[in-house]
Amino acid sequence: MEILACVKRVPMVGGKIVVTADGQDVDTRMSGFTVSPHEECAVEEAVRLVERHGGSVTVLTLGPPAAADQLRDMLALGASRAVLLETDGREWGPIATADAIVAAVRARAGQEGAAGDAGCPYDLLLFGNEAADTGDYQVGVRVAHLLGLPCVTGIKNLDVTMSAGSADGEAAESAAGARARARREYRGTEEIFDIPLPAVVSVKEGINLPRYPSLPGRLRAKRASIEESAPEWHPEGLRKERLRVPPGETKRAEVLGTGADAVPALVALLDELGVLS
Amino acid sequence: MTVLCLAELDGDAVADVSLRALTFARALAGSVATPAGTSMAGEAGPGGGEGGVGAAGAGGRVAAVVFGRADGVPVAELSAYGVADAYAVESPQLTGYAPQAWARALAELAEEVSAAAVVAAGTDRGHEVLAHLGAISGLPMVANCASAEASADGTLRLVRHRWAGSLLEDAVLDAAPALLTVAVDAVTPAAADAFVATRVHAGRPALGEADLRVAAVESAERSGGASLATARVVVGGGRGVGGPEGFGALEELAGLLGGVVGVSRVVTSEGWRPHKQQVGQTGTRISPELYLACGISGAIQHMAGCLSAKHIVAVNTDPDAPIISHADYAVIGDLKEVIPALVAAIRARDGSRQ
Repeated sequence: MEILACVKRVPMVGGKIVVTADGQDVDTRMSGFTVSPHEECAVEEAVRLVERHGGSVTVLTLGPPAAADQLRDMLALGASRAVLLETDGREWGPIATADAIVAAVRARAGQEGAAGDAGCPYDLLLFGNEAADTGDYQVGVRVAHLLGLPCVTGIKNLDVTMSAGSADGEAAESAAGARARARREYRGTEEIFDIPLPAVVSVKEGINLPRYPSLPGRLRAKRASIEESAPEWHPEGLRKERLRVPPGETKRAEVLGTGADAVPALVALLDELGVLS
Repeated sequence: MTVLCLAELDGDAVADVSLRALTFARALAGSVATPAGTSMAGEAGPGGGEGGVGAAGAGGRVAAVVFGRADGVPVAELSAYGVADAYAVESPQLTGYAPQAWARALAELAEEVSAAAVVAAGTDRGHEVLAHLGAISGLPMVANCASAEASADGTLRLVRHRWAGSLLEDAVLDAAPALLTVAVDAVTPAAADAFVATRVHAGRPALGEADLRVAAVESAERSGGASLATARVVVGGGRGVGGPEGFGALEELAGLLGGVVGVSRVVTSEGWRPHKQQVGQTGTRISPELYLACGISGAIQHMAGCLSAKHIVAVNTDPDAPIISHADYAVIGDLKEVIPALVAAIRARDGSRQ
């Protein structure tokens, strides 16, 4: 099966978040970048599905030229093809992002030409449920609508069933008639969705535990070529004025003591809070 | 202005998260338009922020959408929250939750009531349904808003959460209707000052085949112990625990305090504990009376999951760890020394009282 996994490059933020002087971005001079957590799990899930069912994983990102680093990280996990939709560094909204991803998917379908029923070149398009930074919760859904595909979000468990191949010697497993069974949490119970492929699925961290890249994987990723294109940005009705850290964030804890000597004070506190029986 | 709000149900009642969304919707419907650029949306850090949430102001109206039978609409609650009209959406085709069908129904109703905004709680369903509505209508959808206020020029001034609430964005939205989800931990549910009689209407959306392609087919009860999200005490463990074998003492302490163990992201990334125990932006949001955070540095992604904890006590070797500036109390020391001593002290105390 052919899988597209879309990822976002986000700042690696630790104990403190700092905004640039113009209030437009997170200050990343002291931090690195990483792949947004849900999306790393999307790539891991894609690689596992391909290990089970055959096929290949394409990883795609929309971001500045340096986002190639994150694509290489994902190639090292087992993706075999990487697509960079290059921006000039400005922030893209979810509508423009979805439009650019859909254009890239259609371009891929065009390259494959005769292969398709004018359909989707991927059996599955995986997204993270929401990006760690902007948390827009919608790029996958918008892509699904533009491509006319079914879509589920918030998924923590995914099973794909390929249909058995026909008797006339075709591949043992075929994506035609394939379905996915996707589960997510809902108020302490589980919701289960059974959907036909191709489909868009947005996943959450916890669906798997991403592997550490192997050394051969990393070497292969370093040498791999990345397909680049530069889609056009467009505005979309929401204008960011400024970013700011919420007020009242910094307090300082009252220190009860050091080491085991603090235990009597700690017990007294727990008693005061009413958590001791 | 009319604001249409999706009301999710929890059993027979309106879910708490949707009461927050209704509170937000009422404030928006009643917000007084001021000349553009002269008003700031309210300060809306986690835990506070809704302004003017009495009855929706002159010309302001809140309509609610409930998926289910008209006779199951929780009218008393909706009245208390200032809902003038409730639409019960019922369809023989809609047997379970179906995100695109729900969005189609909302789109139809938004047009029917000439909604200036459509609002839902920032839950899995709320985000998902409004994302579909955004895609169907080609309009922007703004997730996790802490406050919204109408300007005279017809735009909305918004404050929204980024980084799960660790960062705020001031923004202006120029779209009609405005599609917003509500950052539920930024709004306190508040009933309206004045009683509003809720009229109940039955809605029968025109659904296409594609709208029904995705529907929840089964909802099986899952077994599980005390839930992390609702636990009264959470004993947290981070990198400082040192490895999977270090959690025994924390489990023992949690047991003594009638609580559960929660962990930081590094712990689940290392595979020391299962992801369902993770507290934070990509895990579970907790709201205990006491969060005892042991060996946790306090990355913002972790703290985003603890915004609703009443009291935070940190046990950490580093007096300059970020957690110290989020905690109410701290013990500076190694959890491997402090926690067993605490367990022994609690046991001794319990023993001497018997």
